[in-house]
Amino acid sequence: MISGVISRISGPVVLSDRMKGSRMYDVVKVGAEELNGEIIRLDGNLAVVQVYEDTSGLKIGEKVVSTETPLSVELGPGLLSSIYDGIQRPLPVLFKKSGSFISRGISVPGLDKEKKWEFVATAKKGDRVSGGDILGTVKEYYIEHKIMVPPQISGTIKEIRSGAFMVEEPVCFLEDNTPITMMQKWPVRRGRPYTTKQDPRVLLVTGQRVFDSIFPVTKGGTAMIPGGFGTGKTVAEQTLAKWSDTQIVVYIGCGERGNEMTDVLTEFPELLDPRTKLPLIQRTILIANTSNMPVAAREASIYTGITMAEYYRDMGYDVALMADSTSRWGEALREVSGRLEEMPGEEGYPAYLATRLAAFYERAGRVACLGSDGRIGSITIVGAVSPPGGDFSEPITQNTLRITGTFWALDTSLAYRRHFPSVNWIKSYSLYLDSIQDSFVSSGLVDWKEMRDRTMYLLQKEVELQEIVQLVGPDALPESEKAILEVTRMIREDFLQQSAYHEVDSFCPLDKQYWMLKVILTFYDRTSEAMNRGVALSKILKLPLKTEIGRMKELKDVNSIKNLIDVINKNIATLEVES
Amino acid sequence: MKTASLLTKECKTISYVSGPLIFVQSAKGVSFGEIARITLPNGDERTGQVLDISKDLAVVQVFEGTSGIDNKETRVRFTGEPPRVDVSIDMLGRTFNGVGKPRDGGPDVIQETSLDINGMPINPYARDKPADFIQTGMSAIDALNTLVRGQKLPIFSGSGLPANKLAAQIARQAKVLGEGENFAVVFVAMGITYKEASFFKRDFERTGALERVVFFMNLADDPTIERIATPRCALTVAEYLAFTHNLHVLVILTDMINYCEALREISTAREEVPGRRGYPGYMYTDLATIYERAGRIKGKKGSITQIPILTMPDDDITHPVPDLTGYITEGQIVLSRDLYRRGADPPIDVLPCLSRLMNLGIGRGKTREDHRGVADQLYASYAYGRDLRRLVAIVGEEALTELDKKYLKFADEFEKKFITQGDENRSLERTLEIGWELMSMLPEEELKRINRDYFKKYHPAYKKG
Repeated sequence: MISGVISRISGPVVLSDRMKGSRMYDVVKVGAEELNGEIIRLDGNLAVVQVYEDTSGLKIGEKVVSTETPLSVELGPGLLSSIYDGIQRPLPVLFKKSGSFISRGISVPGLDKEKKWEFVATAKKGDRVSGGDILGTVKEYYIEHKIMVPPQISGTIKEIRSGAFMVEEPVCFLEDNTPITMMQKWPVRRGRPYTTKQDPRVLLVTGQRVFDSIFPVTKGGTAMIPGGFGTGKTVAEQTLAKWSDTQIVVYIGCGERGNEMTDVLTEFPELLDPRTKLPLIQRTILIANTSNMPVAAREASIYTGITMAEYYRDMGYDVALMADSTSRWGEALREVSGRLEEMPGEEGYPAYLATRLAAFYERAGRVACLGSDGRIGSITIVGAVSPPGGDFSEPITQNTLRITGTFWALDTSLAYRRHFPSVNWIKSYSLYLDSIQDSFVSSGLVDWKEMRDRTMYLLQKEVELQEIVQLVGPDALPESEKAILEVTRMIREDFLQQSAYHEVDSFCPLDKQYWMLKVILTFYDRTSEAMNRGVALSKILKLPLKTEIGRMKELKDVNSIKNLIDVINKNIATLEVES
Repeated sequence: MKTASLLTKECKTISYVSGPLIFVQSAKGVSFGEIARITLPNGDERTGQVLDISKDLAVVQVFEGTSGIDNKETRVRFTGEPPRVDVSIDMLGRTFNGVGKPRDGGPDVIQETSLDINGMPINPYARDKPADFIQTGMSAIDALNTLVRGQKLPIFSGSGLPANKLAAQIARQAKVLGEGENFAVVFVAMGITYKEASFFKRDFERTGALERVVFFMNLADDPTIERIATPRCALTVAEYLAFTHNLHVLVILTDMINYCEALREISTAREEVPGRRGYPGYMYTDLATIYERAGRIKGKKGSITQIPILTMPDDDITHPVPDLTGYITEGQIVLSRDLYRRGADPPIDVLPCLSRLMNLGIGRGKTREDHRGVADQLYASYAYGRDLRRLVAIVGEEALTELDKKYLKFADEFEKKFITQGDENRSLERTLEIGWELMSMLPEEELKRINRDYFKKYHPAYKKG
């Protein structure tokens, strides 16, 4: 066992002497209180340790003991509906042990070791198994939790038994007497292995119109949401966590507000998944390392979260991971780097910021999992970014832009006028438009792409027209262009805007989105035709259609939206030219 | 810890003094973050805190400044204790300096207990959801950016704007104060002038709330570095009052910009890599350890609501201090110089304002069923009206459509009737009523944000008929 002594303390960073032989990223126990820490640099006999807890009260000369294992998480039944801090300590257990405030030096296991789970074996004696093969299942709420052979282990099953077990009890023995338990440990900084990576081609349905229909993301894709404060990043992340059509959701509150996590904690058990009608919390893992909790644990929280996501992906599930906010993670990196007196890169961030960000986002993807049944799983990462002053040219936004597939730019001026989600339709983009066309076609929404392109064209046209209006006033525009402004206003207010709190509107199914957009575009087509016949725009606008279109989002029934198309066709077609 | 205090010894080994920092050599058994007592050659005593220690060097920040400290005679004694403040319910009605010592000439407080001023983070699992609406009597806040108990809602002001008046009015009118004896105000002055501090004092005196207020005063001419400790001492007292004595505590912190200046001063003296505008890279984390000490805790009756005030340098909301504050707090109230000149009182510019916890405190059973809709509609319509003002500046009012002219009128009236209220303490009912009156200036089909069902009940046109 390697044991050294503290020789310097500077905030969350501690230097320890006599640590020769330690490995990078091994976990150490620091001082008499045995605070958790991790080795982040080796220099002769010296080891530099980042400590996951407040270092006040530590003294020079106190001991530092290496556990000689890297920072790992415990994976097994019991993760779902849990709430953890950045290093997988369950917060309810901390609450029981230390009360309302988190005190230091408490070690608690990530999984409940006493609880018994009903294991149903699906493999049998004599089967040859290797890493990733499924031995059996456990019911974790409504999710079929698959118990897999840990990677790198293989052999022939000597004994396997069904029944109620605790997570650390062996459920299976191989010929060479290797026991296999329901719990695995995995070092968080290393991605879990898979067979092959595949192109993500399936749309992630979020029930949000601006996301699904205009700037979609795929299952296994990556998206970023940058925006200044108050633009609704957190609401967007929470909305996605609620309504995404994945089986599992991992939500990381990384350096954000405590009250927001409370909000998630109290709201999710009450909300039902619109597809399964079961409480949302039963498919969710929460990781909360709020802004006032130790900064090094914030750095680790992202990795803790993604490792759990990978574990469920390996079972063949689609997982969505929400990280709010990656900027706070980057700042934690900067703070520790500053204490190490590393040469700073842009704005004081370490030079390896881009590498770390890329390594994190690349753990997303759609993969063929380990195991002989060739199951497919995916992780979608949605990272919020909080650029200082809302300025997108800062390093974290720019480095994230390079590696993510969908860019949802939140806009302060839209937020000021309460246009939510405040996604700026001119700046945002999605690189998955071509790869997900099949998803729409197979849902029977054949001309989605064409409609989307027309919508974007109109919105772009609006920007140009607005510039003219700013110069010469709206009266100077020809009638046909005034019609465009009317229609784009509809697109903005009646389609893009969506209330996250409205009973019906908060979740908009894909076919409803499609028909809503179709109604608006039909209105535009009929209007253009009528104007070509010589009908005045003002006459068309006097029809009660505008109000009808404005109320579409509150309708539950898709058919009544479809009917609106006939109403529009009939009403505008019968307009006569005034002589 | 106990053994450490027995072993404490004095050293006279200051090797280097720079700005607010002293470097003490061959100090043994020093712990990170502990308090040091520094005795000057002339007998003065000062207090410092350990910021960094290595084998034989301890870096100490001196709260009262380093003038008069020499590197020969000055003695440093390490206490082995973290910075603490004595707390007691008897602190109500008293005035303290920035580190919790009485400065009103009264006797020392008889401590009920002594607490570490850094506190500990609240377990997110232990937090209770803030949900109680606080009626501040200010329309712009109650209707559009509702304050709830346990929230932290800063006021972003500019120099010369009446932020103090607004804060005092909120403290005076807030329903928290209306609930008899179970409230308290902790007022934290950091680097403000004597005049500003006495304005608050007089206001509390006038309303008879003085004996429910704890003052922490670090005025403009008090030691700068002491400001690092001031909000922490005050919040420790607030936590004690809220979670041990079950009081609803309103904490007013002014002015956060002065606190951040002190933080920057120390960072520079330590020769750290500076972040934006010279502020340290860890300022977000540091501010979070102050702002996050607001909220409610499961199973406890009390609560802490924070109203920090900060002056935006050059009215710039993207300056690092308001920017980072906005990222931590649950919304913001922004004052505008334009509106101030137009005569709005209070000059709250509602467009950049936000209350993130608003939805938890409003709606049926809490305020009124139409609250959300009215707020959204007023926002959307006012924002559109403001846009038109810019257009009018270029093309003139004649070029506008009839509808747009109505919007323009709406925006003007909104500022005059809704935002402006002077010293009036408006009930929420009255506030919403004004809102409906204003909305009735616009055609009904423009009011898309409000559920149709509420029109009959609240729209003036229906109510009369």
